[in-house]
Amino acid sequence: MKQPLEDHVATIAALQEPPASPSAPRRMTLNMGPQHPSTHGVLRIVIELEGETIKKADPDIGFLHTGIEKQCEAINWAQAVTLTDRVDYLSNLANNLVYALTVEKLLQLEIPPKAQWMRVMLCEIDRLNSHLVWLGTHALDIGAMSMFFYCFREREEVLRLKEMFSGQRMMTSYIRPGGLALEPPRGWAQAVGKFIRQFPGRVDEYENLLDNNPIWKIRTQGVGFISIEDMLDLGVTGPMIRAAGIPLDVRKTEPYSSYEKFDFTIPTRTENDVYSRYRVRLEEMRQSARIVVQALEGMPEGPWQADAPHVVLPDREKMKTQMEALIYHFKIVTEGYRVPAGEVFQAVESPRGEIAYYAVSDGTSKPYRLHMRTPSFGNLQALPALLEGTLIADSIASLGSMDFVLGDTDR
Amino acid sequence: MSFPANVSLNHAAIVETKEALGETTLMADASRIVDFCRYLKDEQKFNRLCSITAVDWHPAEPRFEVVYHLHAVEPAPTGSTPAVRRLRVKCRVSGTNPEIDSVTGVWRAANWYERETFDMFGITFRGHPDLKRILMPLDWEGYPLRKDYPTHGYKYSYKGEEAK
Repeated sequence: MKQPLEDHVATIAALQEPPASPSAPRRMTLNMGPQHPSTHGVLRIVIELEGETIKKADPDIGFLHTGIEKQCEAINWAQAVTLTDRVDYLSNLANNLVYALTVEKLLQLEIPPKAQWMRVMLCEIDRLNSHLVWLGTHALDIGAMSMFFYCFREREEVLRLKEMFSGQRMMTSYIRPGGLALEPPRGWAQAVGKFIRQFPGRVDEYENLLDNNPIWKIRTQGVGFISIEDMLDLGVTGPMIRAAGIPLDVRKTEPYSSYEKFDFTIPTRTENDVYSRYRVRLEEMRQSARIVVQALEGMPEGPWQADAPHVVLPDREKMKTQMEALIYHFKIVTEGYRVPAGEVFQAVESPRGEIAYYAVSDGTSKPYRLHMRTPSFGNLQALPALLEGTLIADSIASLGSMDFVLGDTDR
Repeated sequence: MSFPANVSLNHAAIVETKEALGETTLMADASRIVDFCRYLKDEQKFNRLCSITAVDWHPAEPRFEVVYHLHAVEPAPTGSTPAVRRLRVKCRVSGTNPEIDSVTGVWRAANWYERETFDMFGITFRGHPDLKRILMPLDWEGYPLRKDYPTHGYKYSYKGEEAK
């Protein structure tokens, strides 16, 4: 491509030109972002306006591109799990899980039930974290300021739980190929139980605060419509598509990590507007709390790591007494474990939609290729379809209802 | 993961069918990819495109594999779980002047995925409505996910490595 930047500038300049005939409506080009607070990160949208109606919306992404897929090819399979945390800062455990499942599929590892249940429990707690941040910031965008404080109060408790398990509040890397990173800490069941038993009451509180607020209803009901056909064609997943009436959820359609053993429902709505997306996420929080309670009550006994000494780091105590454990430790830390050649695809349901990793191994200890199909990238593609033809004042509500994370989009 | 093993696919573009780790991969003829994708969408009901990406097998020839992940979501009555199927389609593309036809006419979702693949691998998608870089800056040189592209880029070099 010749001088692409100049071409781009020329395109923008052409958009600013006055209309051909005086009677034709005058169009204005509005640059939104990349620093606009309601874009929740660095998303730039070039919007063309006729009066207050959006005629064209052109999202411009890539400001947060960090080359995670490329970096994964330079480090070994065991190290790459730390990069998967950094894809989506609001649902790092879902990213850890999909990576772990991908590598385990290649290695054909059997994961003990306790680790699987623990993973389900932690991912659902993380879903609460993500939905809480979404609800707080989305309400803040629309003007319901106090929601932010209520949601972040509970989010703080979730972060404390994550810290209790892994020592980290956000980038936990707690789910790893072969099981979990550390043994669950003493007293985890009480801490999780205390949080989760009072949580449904908190969700009722949010519902009361917003549903009895007429401004919230006016700003969200009937706003941000996008047809089901458009959604399927554009690859939209997650609460967006469930708010349109399609119960598409990887946890139910292709259960992983023992999700088939839990009793929960997939909330759907049919209105397909910003309000229904809010209702779907609110209901999902209740369902996640149900799953966590079930996981707490039925947590199986047994090991929390797979019996695979060539993949899982040995116990410190064993390293001091057994030569084999020391050799395995040395091998895993220096060279990494080798993964048989092949290619796999694994999808899980992140709070934003379907997250899928496609891994190719050439038989060495480094990933040959790791492609991340992230839900934000897939959903954001529907942004023009969502915004075009609507009013500029509604664009903030529509944008917020998509719940994208720009790190997840740009990787 | 429910990759279909029982779907009988019959199309002239299929070069090879592979089954590994419970997943089905179809190797397809790159020159007939649009026809084939249309057949998969219209007759085999793969109504959702999950992603498009590529794998660089440098220095082998044909160098690139363009990988399509498809998803069939069957309509289900309210309250029940829809049945889904997945399928992987791969096409080999030459390293000299890598080109393949765009499938944006079949699934609109292909638009950004093809732009991303073009951005990262330099594979041109013929007939794409707006093929330009999506993640890297518009004036970026080189294609970052190619195997002959250094992890730290061309612009900088570290101790012990020569700048290119």
